[in-house]
Amino acid sequence: MRVELTGVTVRNIVSDITLHASAEVVGIVGPNGSGKSTTLRCVYRALKPDAGTVVLDGENVHKRHFVARHLAALTQESQVEFDFTVAEVVEMGRLPHDRDPVRDARVVSDALATVDVSHLASRSFLSLSGGERQRVLIARAIAQEPHVLVLDEPTNHLDIRHQLDVLGLARGLGITVLTVLHDLNLAASYCDRLYVLDEGRVVASGTPAEVLVPELIAKVFHVTAHVVAHPTTGVPQLLFDQEVTP
Amino acid sequence: MISKIGALVGVLVVSIVAGVALGPVSVPFGVTADLLWEAFTGGTIPAGLAGQYHIVWDIRLPRVLLAAVVGAGLSTVGVAIQAMVRNALADPYVLGISSGASVGATAVATLGVLSGLGVYALSVGAFLTGLGATALVYITARTSRGLTPLRLVLTGTALAYGFSAVAMLLVFQAPRGEAARAAMFWLLGSLGGANWQSLPVAAVMTAAGIVYLATKARQLNAMAMGDETATTLGVAVNRFRTHLFIVTAAMTGVLVAVSGAVGFVGLMLPHLTRMVVGADHRKVLALAPLAGASFLVWVDVAARMLAAPEELPLGVITAALGVPCFIFLMRRRSYVFGGS
Repeated sequence: MRVELTGVTVRNIVSDITLHASAEVVGIVGPNGSGKSTTLRCVYRALKPDAGTVVLDGENVHKRHFVARHLAALTQESQVEFDFTVAEVVEMGRLPHDRDPVRDARVVSDALATVDVSHLASRSFLSLSGGERQRVLIARAIAQEPHVLVLDEPTNHLDIRHQLDVLGLARGLGITVLTVLHDLNLAASYCDRLYVLDEGRVVASGTPAEVLVPELIAKVFHVTAHVVAHPTTGVPQLLFDQEVTP
Repeated sequence: MISKIGALVGVLVVSIVAGVALGPVSVPFGVTADLLWEAFTGGTIPAGLAGQYHIVWDIRLPRVLLAAVVGAGLSTVGVAIQAMVRNALADPYVLGISSGASVGATAVATLGVLSGLGVYALSVGAFLTGLGATALVYITARTSRGLTPLRLVLTGTALAYGFSAVAMLLVFQAPRGEAARAAMFWLLGSLGGANWQSLPVAAVMTAAGIVYLATKARQLNAMAMGDETATTLGVAVNRFRTHLFIVTAAMTGVLVAVSGAVGFVGLMLPHLTRMVVGADHRKVLALAPLAGASFLVWVDVAARMLAAPEELPLGVITAALGVPCFIFLMRRRSYVFGGS
């Protein structure tokens, strides 16, 4: 399924964002405050852009039920107050769909199995570690049976193993994934294409090899980077000098 | 789950019969059950039991049923409000309704406003100022982006201090100490004014509210996970929160009008229920009304019996009964109480 943003503008936070993703993993990178999360929030309907459109396979994302049936999102929210079980959290992914207890139960148990958390089904969500929580939230997204998955910094607070794990899971779903990432090397490893945001505008886009070049990194992030090829995969990876450029 | 509902319905029926049987003048349990059975099935009653029938049918039953309705309603509103403002410490009065109602109640009791309405003056006064206060909270908390949980709680709490100040001022300015005492008693909750006339409005309102909320249980689950998450799951968060606000305010307003501001029930019964069945609102909304109804029936029995012939305020007893109950469950279960 194709996600397409055209000229999206939100107050003075982001302006004229145009990007698309279709059956691929697309990363949005950029410094803090560059408008990455704001852009995503327009996609998963938490924010209505002041100008521009967000379209999902030709349908405007104003259509609440249509969007919920086709697009799942992992937001940055983490202030859960109530002690749901893992199974209950994953089951919430069925909310947008017409009720069918038998099918719902099967989808939920498949989703739990896909991310390998079946053994946690009756555990309290709040008692889980950060990595387990993120897996469970991905299971909820899977239970929503989406064609587009939107991830807002899904690797936040996770150790390296769980970072690789979460992005590997998302990539393995084979659907359109639009994700904000802070770690440029993870972005280079897991994304087919990248958009670089700076001060609310798209300043570069393309494959990781095209985008992650020292000149752009210096201009946008104000650091000096060296690009090396990953010894086994050949993917471009960045090494940084300690001094920051002004 | 079905067995839990069945058990609680059984407990509620027994509680109601016991609540009718117990009082300063006790009617034997078996006689009470017989009299209620005959009354509901249209049977006949021996002439010798006419006095007891009067106590059972005219005095006790409406009061016990009202206790059940108020308990069910407050528990349900507590569940909904805690999910709506995503705060485990919220109760039905967090939006300022009880302090607002206290202004009306004290004004009626101490200044004699609305005296033309007779015995209903207190209820009507409380209802009007309670809803007025909630409307003020709503208008103050509302922004162009809708109602946000923290603004609602903060506004409700802040304005509640203002309303309470007005009520206290009225109490202290009252020329007659008796009126101030009546107002205070009402504020702590009482079903002393219960009769068959006050029951239907509260019962219908509570039942309608419970049914509405039960149909929205899954949306409440989603909202408990966060507004953005609920949005991605297709919930129209702002509109839903406004609906919840109206439904819970109307329910609370009616309940406060018939029973005063009974504390503790709306805060703790939701937690007690969650300790037993977890946080899923489909389960919580099925069980909390039944548990709350039984709980308040017994609270009212205690209110009538403990200091007979005087009555104790319900709020005193809800806390005295509820706190040990809560501590017991809190110690026994690994209940995660808001965050980890």
